[in-house]
Amino acid sequence: MTLPFAIIAILIIAAATAAMTLRNLIHSALAVAVSFGGLALAYLYLDAQFVGLTQILVYVGAVAILIVFAVLLTRGGEAPEKSVFSASWIWGLLITMSVFATLAWSVLHSFASQREPAEKVGATVKQIGDALMTKFVLPLEVIGLLLTAALIGAVIIAMRDESPKTKMEDGRSKMDKSSVPSSILHPPSSTGGRQ
Amino acid sequence: MTDSLDQIFVFVKHWLLDQLANVLPPAIMPLVSSVMSLLPVLVVFPSLFALTTVFERKGLGRIQNRYGPNRVGPFGFLQFAADGIKAIIKEDVVPRAADKVVHFIAPVILVITALTVYAVLPFGRNMVAADFDAGLLFFFAVGAASELAVFMAGWSSRNKYALLGAMRAVAQMVSYEIPLILSSVAVVMITGTLSLPKIVAAQSTHAGLLPDWFVFTPWGFAGFILFLIAANAELNRSPFDLPEGESEIIAGYFIEYSGFKFALFFLAEYLSMFALSGLGITLFLGGWNAPFAALEFIPSWAWFFIKLLTMIFMFIWTRGTLPRLRQDQLMNLAWKFMIPMVLVNLVAAAVWHFTGPGITRWFTSGALVLGAYMLLGKPQFESKDIGKRTYRFAD
Repeated sequence: MTLPFAIIAILIIAAATAAMTLRNLIHSALAVAVSFGGLALAYLYLDAQFVGLTQILVYVGAVAILIVFAVLLTRGGEAPEKSVFSASWIWGLLITMSVFATLAWSVLHSFASQREPAEKVGATVKQIGDALMTKFVLPLEVIGLLLTAALIGAVIIAMRDESPKTKMEDGRSKMDKSSVPSSILHPPSSTGGRQ
Repeated sequence: MTDSLDQIFVFVKHWLLDQLANVLPPAIMPLVSSVMSLLPVLVVFPSLFALTTVFERKGLGRIQNRYGPNRVGPFGFLQFAADGIKAIIKEDVVPRAADKVVHFIAPVILVITALTVYAVLPFGRNMVAADFDAGLLFFFAVGAASELAVFMAGWSSRNKYALLGAMRAVAQMVSYEIPLILSSVAVVMITGTLSLPKIVAAQSTHAGLLPDWFVFTPWGFAGFILFLIAANAELNRSPFDLPEGESEIIAGYFIEYSGFKFALFFLAEYLSMFALSGLGITLFLGGWNAPFAALEFIPSWAWFFIKLLTMIFMFIWTRGTLPRLRQDQLMNLAWKFMIPMVLVNLVAAAVWHFTGPGITRWFTSGALVLGAYMLLGKPQFESKDIGKRTYRFAD
């Protein structure tokens, strides 16, 4: 274990611990962002530039933002008064320790751990692109299709229900007929989005 | 002579390194070398920020038929010194309810991310602080981290306006990051590299009268315009300054900042503006290359800064000319026009690449871009059927 790796590992673990223990949810989300950044540093330290930078772009730039927004939109973000720890933490500790011990034992005795480490290959962006476009083109397309379906599904769920029945029930029916562009964010109604 | 002038900063750095190698232990020499590459960035661009604030105020004044600052120094050009002193000696007010730590860290992270992206920009021949394989990706990755800083600033202030501004800023930056990145991807497709110095090298030849800059191709022209619009939105500058929106939410996410922290927000905004301009120059305007072979006696770094000042002027001009968009117009522009356009632009770049040299590729690629604009852009921009303005909560 080298010194840079030790620094990165301590950073990740400290940030992850902070994310679990901090009382304020937004603080926890920011700590998660720090640990994402630490993971990116670890990838960069291992010479995986593409993965490391994509980790920052996607996780710090998008996922952390998503978490923060989810926290803000669902609850007040006020810190809870009482302790965030469960009362039965000692049982949780026992269970996690036993799971960790089982996993560690099986990993150490597995076939994979006996293998020689592969010689170091610097995966350039070009190599990754070539692999994605030739050998792994089918999985790539399948993932693309899946994500498109998920995107369309999310839009449909978020779209306003335009059926006349809801309009009658909804107190704001007059406003719905006006030419308010559909892209304006509507406040959630008491009846929920889709019925 | 021209060569030595071109490489003068590189020579000076190597000479200084040689001198220092006699005194310092060899173990820290790589560190010294990096520091010497970064120091000029830390000096030049904040100074450019100081000058640009004056130029912007003068330029906006000219556009709005007034003088602008004209009291400090000749023609008011020392105004930045007065502004700087004011920012330093002003009281730093932190709201009592604010989240002190996050409130303090946010502007710091913003400035750090704004400065870090300069590491991969080539300012001249052999003048790049860190030339690595995935330079463009580095630029966007670090830039994406600034969104979180904006959110931190807005949230930690414990102010409704600040939170609204931060929400607007994050929504806007996330939406416009996609066209920004995708318009750059067209260049990556053509050059086959993410390294910015190599992208500049791919544009260094001359074909006939025009240089081989990507802006002089159909897909490059469309890409450059889309890049400029997305960059403008990413910087939260007018006409996309809804997150600041001084007439609606006072100043947005930095409303609760005063004194030097407020100045840091301004510094970060202008530094990102220079960095994105530099990226636009590198991707589409040939980087540090001279436009004509006859003008190559002017050093490469001078060309970079000439182009940079032109871009800055364009940003100031846009700010003085266009009115602010409405939130729904902003989102419609991003999702209904910009993103389909950049996707078509990617196809146009691929067509350009596979058609091979000749006049045909000009027609096919150009027709694609123009057709997409006619179908997507014109109906949207020309429709008079915007509808009466309605107020949901205010009437």
